[in-house]
Amino acid sequence: MTALRPRAEALAEPLPPLLARARHLAAGVVLGEHGRRRPGLGDAFWQFRPARPGDPARAIDWRRSARSDQHFVQEKEWQAAQAVVFWVDRAASMRFASAKNGETKAGRAALIALSTSVLLVQGGERIGLTESPAPPARGALQLERVAAALADPAMQDYGAPETATLPRHSRAVFLSDFLGPLEPVEAALATAADRGVTGALLQVLDPAEEAFPYDGRTLFHSVGGSLEYETRQAGDLKARYLDRLAERKARLAELAHRTGWQYHLHHTGDAPTSALLWLYRALEGRI
Amino acid sequence: MFTLGPLGFTAPWLLLALAALPVLWWLLRAVPPAPVRRAFPGITLLLGLDDKDQEAERTPWWLLLLRLLAVAAMILGFAGPVLNPEPRSPGTGPLVVLIDDGWAAAPDWRARMEAAARSLRAAEAAGRTAALIRASEPPQPGPLGLRAAGDVAAGLAGLEPRPWALSHEAARDWAATLEPGAETVWLSDGLATPAREALARTLAGLGPLTVLEPPLPRLGLRPARIEGGLVEVTALRSIAGPAQEITITGIGPDPSGVERELVRATLGFEAGATEIRQELSLPPELRNRIARFTIAGHRAAGAVTLADDSLRRRKIALIEASAGREGLELLSPLHYLREALAPTAEVMEGPLTDLIAASPDAVVLADVATLAPPDAQALETWVAEGGLLLRFAGPRLAAADTGRGEDDPLLPVRLRVGGRTVGGAMSWGAPQSLAPFSESSPFYGLAIPADVTVTSQVLAEPGPDLAGRTIAALADGTPLVTRKPLGDGQIVLVHTSANAEWSTLPLSGLFVQMLERLAVSTRAGTPDRGELAGTVWQADALLDGFGQLGEAGDRPGTPGERLTGAPGPDLPPGLYRAEARLVAVNVLGPEAELTPASWPIGIAPTWQGEAGEQDLTGPVLLAALILIALDVLAALALSGRLARGLKAGGAAAIALGLFTLAPGDLRAQDEPDTATLAAALNVTLAYVATGDAGLDSVSRAGLQGLSTQIRLRSSVEPSPPVGVDLERDELSVYPLIYWPVTETQATPSDAAYARLNAYLRAGGMILFDTRDADVAGFGSGATAEAARLRALARPLDIPALEPVPEDHVLTRTFYLLNEFPGRHTGPEVWVEAAPPDAERAEGMPFRNLNDGVTPVVIGGNDWAAGWAVNDSGLPMFPVGRGLAGERQRELSYRFGMNLVMHVLTGNYKSDQVHVPALLERLGQ
Repeated sequence: MTALRPRAEALAEPLPPLLARARHLAAGVVLGEHGRRRPGLGDAFWQFRPARPGDPARAIDWRRSARSDQHFVQEKEWQAAQAVVFWVDRAASMRFASAKNGETKAGRAALIALSTSVLLVQGGERIGLTESPAPPARGALQLERVAAALADPAMQDYGAPETATLPRHSRAVFLSDFLGPLEPVEAALATAADRGVTGALLQVLDPAEEAFPYDGRTLFHSVGGSLEYETRQAGDLKARYLDRLAERKARLAELAHRTGWQYHLHHTGDAPTSALLWLYRALEGRI
Repeated sequence: MFTLGPLGFTAPWLLLALAALPVLWWLLRAVPPAPVRRAFPGITLLLGLDDKDQEAERTPWWLLLLRLLAVAAMILGFAGPVLNPEPRSPGTGPLVVLIDDGWAAAPDWRARMEAAARSLRAAEAAGRTAALIRASEPPQPGPLGLRAAGDVAAGLAGLEPRPWALSHEAARDWAATLEPGAETVWLSDGLATPAREALARTLAGLGPLTVLEPPLPRLGLRPARIEGGLVEVTALRSIAGPAQEITITGIGPDPSGVERELVRATLGFEAGATEIRQELSLPPELRNRIARFTIAGHRAAGAVTLADDSLRRRKIALIEASAGREGLELLSPLHYLREALAPTAEVMEGPLTDLIAASPDAVVLADVATLAPPDAQALETWVAEGGLLLRFAGPRLAAADTGRGEDDPLLPVRLRVGGRTVGGAMSWGAPQSLAPFSESSPFYGLAIPADVTVTSQVLAEPGPDLAGRTIAALADGTPLVTRKPLGDGQIVLVHTSANAEWSTLPLSGLFVQMLERLAVSTRAGTPDRGELAGTVWQADALLDGFGQLGEAGDRPGTPGERLTGAPGPDLPPGLYRAEARLVAVNVLGPEAELTPASWPIGIAPTWQGEAGEQDLTGPVLLAALILIALDVLAALALSGRLARGLKAGGAAAIALGLFTLAPGDLRAQDEPDTATLAAALNVTLAYVATGDAGLDSVSRAGLQGLSTQIRLRSSVEPSPPVGVDLERDELSVYPLIYWPVTETQATPSDAAYARLNAYLRAGGMILFDTRDADVAGFGSGATAEAARLRALARPLDIPALEPVPEDHVLTRTFYLLNEFPGRHTGPEVWVEAAPPDAERAEGMPFRNLNDGVTPVVIGGNDWAAGWAVNDSGLPMFPVGRGLAGERQRELSYRFGMNLVMHVLTGNYKSDQVHVPALLERLGQ
């Protein structure tokens, strides 16, 4: 964790503050510190505009109006805060790295999640983890809590998304390799859709999982050891394995599309910045 | 031992394990190679997939075969395979190994020792006792000194062949005293000896006799002779076999005294011939230097024949008092000398100074009384350096004052005034005859003919050393021949004349023999017994059995009579010396023949020869190991790990081990390098490629910037700069090489240094740049680059250096400069030091400095960075600050300009100081 946080902050540093695009829902709006670059409810001055018929008299800025013959109304910048919750898969399958001393998928997923969190906190958004019972919160302390939770590995072989804390109309980010059973993912996405939550699925894969560079007689086992599979010619399996992997990716993309989520594939062999940029843009709503 | 054709096995029971191979086949076939365990999260996608190929479960047949072969090879290897096993007859009783250790055994001595060792090992295995007998020195008659065969075998290593031929007579006498019951193995040298058959019969009577004799013919050389000016060498062989060619080399000191091959000749034996003779035409200079002839590649004393005086022709200078004197030929003092010397020596006549320059072996002065002082001095020096001066008396010497009352250095004794005439018409006495020679005289043993008489002589002044210097005297005791040493040489005076006027000595054969004894002339052919009678000879160098000439050490003198006999234990072959004379005692005499040994009926020599026992255990086990290593590779390949390992580079070591014969650098060397060709056509600046890409690009950019400036400012139009690899590229085409020094630079190879030195000597210049002038001078000690520069430049041929003096030509070859900045302004730039005696001439602004170009310029100002421009011609690095920096950059270009001008024009500017003087001279 001590290493993770500085690295995450270092990665987040070059990006401008992330503005999460909040869905304009009346009930769910919580005022945040950062304006929406449009007039609305808020504390910060936005602009003067000539008073129009219908403006209440107390809205008129008399100090400005006194300098001219017109009446001016002071508009405030519209400020809104957004809650973003993360689910980072920390199951055993994520602790896999094909390259010697390479970065594991879990490490990469946690890094991306936390650097996104740093950006969000800088932007005044609230962040949280889906499995933690506490509601999303803002501030450096929350970052510390999230980082501590991300450093804690899970025991099971393949993870399933938690939906314990999924506030209505918030945004959610699921980071996993999505190699386990897909039913929990479908269920979680259905729950999210029910609560009006949209977000992003980031599939983190190792290059070896994409290339399948194995040959000869091989006994494959899952990282946790719960599954075993023996083959005499691993090389023969490559094409069929890749077919299944492509099928799985298509399935995830289709699921995301149906529920209004975004889907992205990231490899641990690539630079994490690309995934962070994508996530930044996805949360901004530009994709 | 179990044998299968030419194969035998020392542990045949192990071969039963071969029966287990089919079981192994079944086992290996049933057990497939172990799977690799891999963690793989994507396993969920694999579940439910089936293997297409069911056969891969089994081990492939070729891998099975490989493993079976490896196991079979191991079983065979441990069973002790032996090729061509010797039939081992378990003899009983003591074993006598009789070794002929004459010279003829030397060429295949090692094979003989191995054969003897094999017999002794077999005897050791059977627990028998053995005795080792050398045919040259059989033991005293008596009980055999039997010992355990293993102990006896240990003594074989100390045996060496003797350098003479065997007679076997002593061995026959010894064998006659033996008790029957011993088995004998006789390693024969293959040459006939007087007692060989008798010895064979005796030994066969004692017990089983095995004769081992290599079938190759023995080769030998007869002494070389001179026949009509040609050197005749004769080679012999013992068996009249098919045609055979041998090479004969003549070895001797070359003019610098080092022994080397002087002449080589090929002699071809015709089929059925045992003798081949060849005449070699050699210049006398070469012939006199030949020390021995050998048969090339044949190590035996008989294949060496030593050359002695008989092969040499001495150069004798004959000098007469007045060459132009007209007179009767028979009265000439030199006539008899010429007659005596001409057949065996090279006689020279002429002025003394010319003759001494021709370095004669001896100078003969016949009745010469006085010599011009320079001549006398030259002659004395020549004698002291080892020459032999032989003087004859005569009327002139008798009349002259030479040696009267004082010692003449060129006379052995003082002479009395006048001579003496005996037996003449006016005298009472009869002509004197010679007294017998004393034992200490070199003439001792020569027979004195009765008709040799002396009628006149010069007389020696009596003195304390006269008796010691007299080597021949007349019957009345007056000295006839006196001698004294002078330096390394000697002076001999014959007190009578060289012609027949004063004595009959020159008419007799004794005269010739005396000249020979004095080593003035040499004999032709081998000396006969009579000639050598009474002389004592010291061994100078001796041959060993292998024909190597070695130091003789301290040995008693050998009487001359013995030298004519065959060599033996008391006369080992070699060179024998008595005073200045040298006689070679050769193994084979001029009449020698090589006759093959003949054996009694029933005894046939055998020889195992080359097809000896060979232990195959090592090769077979090695093959098993190689097979196992191949199996490892194959197993890795099957499980897919080899490819991964190769990718990771881990198997590179294996590949290296397997393919150590991979070709090296295959750059075609004879193809001219285009860069070199281009550089040879035009001025091209070069930099040393250090291997650091960044630094090399800066060097290139720097020289490019400098080249551009030079092109703009002068008529020099350099080509684009070139990076040179010191190990490969030709340097001589580059006038200036810029060498940036980095801390981590590799040291060039010795060959590269040799070429760098050649480059510097041929007028090239290297600009060393440590690029540390910004930090040098701070702190203590040298910077890392400076230390590296010191290590790099140590093998270079660099003269003494000094900081650039203010009047150095480098300060004014193009621009006038007083500092040499680059990117930094360093304290000092070093060039070749001016000679210490350089002085400023009157009225001249500069000293008259050394010629030539300084071979190195050393500094740390990072000039390349100062000069460097990028592709668009803009400076790459900032220099200094603001306008002052631009000024510094300009100065750095000016320095580069001056440097290139200095390299190209040398000390042309330095020579300008002479212009006023030249103009003044022209005006006159």
